[in-house]
Amino acid sequence: MIPLIVTTIPIHVTAADYGAVLPELVVAAGVLLMLILDVFVPRAQRLQVTTATSLLVILLSFAATLHLWTAGSASAFYGTMTSDRFAVFFDAIILLAAALAVLLSPSYIAVSEFDPGEFYALLLASAVGMMLMAGGTSFMLLFLALELLSLSLYILSGFERSRPRSQEAGFKYFLLSSFASSFLLYGMALVYGATGSTQLRVINFCLHGLGCASTVASSPLLFVGIGLMVVGFAFKVSIVPFHMWTPDVYEGAPTPVTAFMSVTTKAAVFAAFVRVFNFSLSGVESHWYGLIWALAIATMIVGNVLALTQTNMKRLLAYSGIAHAGYILVAMAANTPAGITAIAFYFLVYTFMNIGAFIIVSVLESQGETGDEISTYRGLWQRNPELAGATAVFMFSLAGFPPTAGFFAKYLAFSAAVQAGHTELAIVGVLTSLISIFYYLRVVVVMFMQPEGAEKQGGLIPAAAQWAIGATLAGTIGLGIIPTGFFNYATQSVDAMRAVFGLP
Amino acid sequence: MVKDYVPLLILAVVAAGFALTNIGITLVVGPWRPTREKMDPYESGMTEIQPPRQRFPIKFYVIAMLFLLFDIEAISFFPWAVLLRPLHFSGFIEMFIFVVALLIGYLYIWKKGALDWE
Repeated sequence: MIPLIVTTIPIHVTAADYGAVLPELVVAAGVLLMLILDVFVPRAQRLQVTTATSLLVILLSFAATLHLWTAGSASAFYGTMTSDRFAVFFDAIILLAAALAVLLSPSYIAVSEFDPGEFYALLLASAVGMMLMAGGTSFMLLFLALELLSLSLYILSGFERSRPRSQEAGFKYFLLSSFASSFLLYGMALVYGATGSTQLRVINFCLHGLGCASTVASSPLLFVGIGLMVVGFAFKVSIVPFHMWTPDVYEGAPTPVTAFMSVTTKAAVFAAFVRVFNFSLSGVESHWYGLIWALAIATMIVGNVLALTQTNMKRLLAYSGIAHAGYILVAMAANTPAGITAIAFYFLVYTFMNIGAFIIVSVLESQGETGDEISTYRGLWQRNPELAGATAVFMFSLAGFPPTAGFFAKYLAFSAAVQAGHTELAIVGVLTSLISIFYYLRVVVVMFMQPEGAEKQGGLIPAAAQWAIGATLAGTIGLGIIPTGFFNYATQSVDAMRAVFGLP
Repeated sequence: MVKDYVPLLILAVVAAGFALTNIGITLVVGPWRPTREKMDPYESGMTEIQPPRQRFPIKFYVIAMLFLLFDIEAISFFPWAVLLRPLHFSGFIEMFIFVVALLIGYLYIWKKGALDWE
């Protein structure tokens, strides 16, 4: 008979603990509010009310992140969660992307006759998961957050039930991604078995020989666990060879969802990836460095080469997203503060340019049935010069042309690798970027130099989408010309995380 | 240690052997005269009116799924009840928030009509 163990140690959860997760709490309350609004607001006003409320919730949460930025790092809930500036920086990126996705959604929801409350509730729920993932400092919370964001995104991917493509996307994403989650969970379990803790800080101390036997660092359990965790993380951020789902899901999912998930899933999972590997497992860098190095090279080459033959804009952007994950891995492999700073800054830039590109896809999609084929872009310059100009800026930025923000982000990532002595990674990065120029510029060529579609009527652009395009354009160009301020924020965020882990 | 499990193994072998032997004996000894009625899916039940592969309302599954959801949520109450004292007032507040979230979910499915049978 096992005795029933009842702990008598009081568990104190104070207001400070809740303060550290204030942005997440606001958005979580927003999720519940959406469900109520969805059933109690009359159908005629439902879309406007839920859209406005979602934006308000995101704005409130953003205000909370600003507060946490100045309040300084705090560890909450017995070391499961942190509100250091690194987490807050990524929270802000996720909220920014969520706001852009919400601006993009009303026209799409109106056409597809979704339930707006359900749509926004799921969008906000996945944002909560992402924000928890960015701030999670325990394997338990990291996994739960990953499940929350994934489950919401599975449903969102398959939200357009009447379209088989969307169903396919949802189902594929669900099957493959839940399989990858189990890899991650198994890896976490093995690392826990080797080190005796699920908390990232304790694991970090343990691997530096504090409170653990020195044999832990060389235990096969740890080695296998790290390998399985790499598989799990690599799948979620679509790194080759775990990228197969990406084009199908990005193409099939509703475009606002694709815009949102293409940036935020990567940002949140990379935040956790960096926190776990570059910080918690920094004591055993030799265990994982080779893996990251090989994955970075494979991802850059395969992503860019496969993008060359795409005729569908959403698939092209999916492969471009795979390639960008490769560039970010280069910065991660550098494993220096400069590299981590480059990752944080890269995601800020990536949010603007990638969501910008998807907004254009969404606008064109609402104007015709084949909006996501690249051939639709023929003669866009003649029929809608503003839209064509914006697309060109996003394409140039994704390709990494100065003076756009994409150039600066890429420069930071590669220079971090060179400084850390990994010149070969930077060389592969630059060479594959040259390949990428071909497919990004092809879109520009189709828009400006193939006027076959010029006689077609340029449709109206919804006001919300205009705002979103304006914001992303401002970000893409602004961060390219005056990157210093936000670059300093990225540096501060990495410094804060280093301080939390007790690194000099 | 391992010895302790030998009786279990014997039990498993005997149980499996008994079942397999019985099936084997009926196959060898028993007469087999199939008729149309005997081959029906529900031989001793109602006669089949039409094949079951067709559209039918799935309300039952909705109810079953909702029951499962709320049942699993209710299970969370048990560890909370055991730890009520050490969790103090903050644990009470957290459970209150949990119940409110559950209530909102209940209101949602109710207003959505998931509980209407007709």
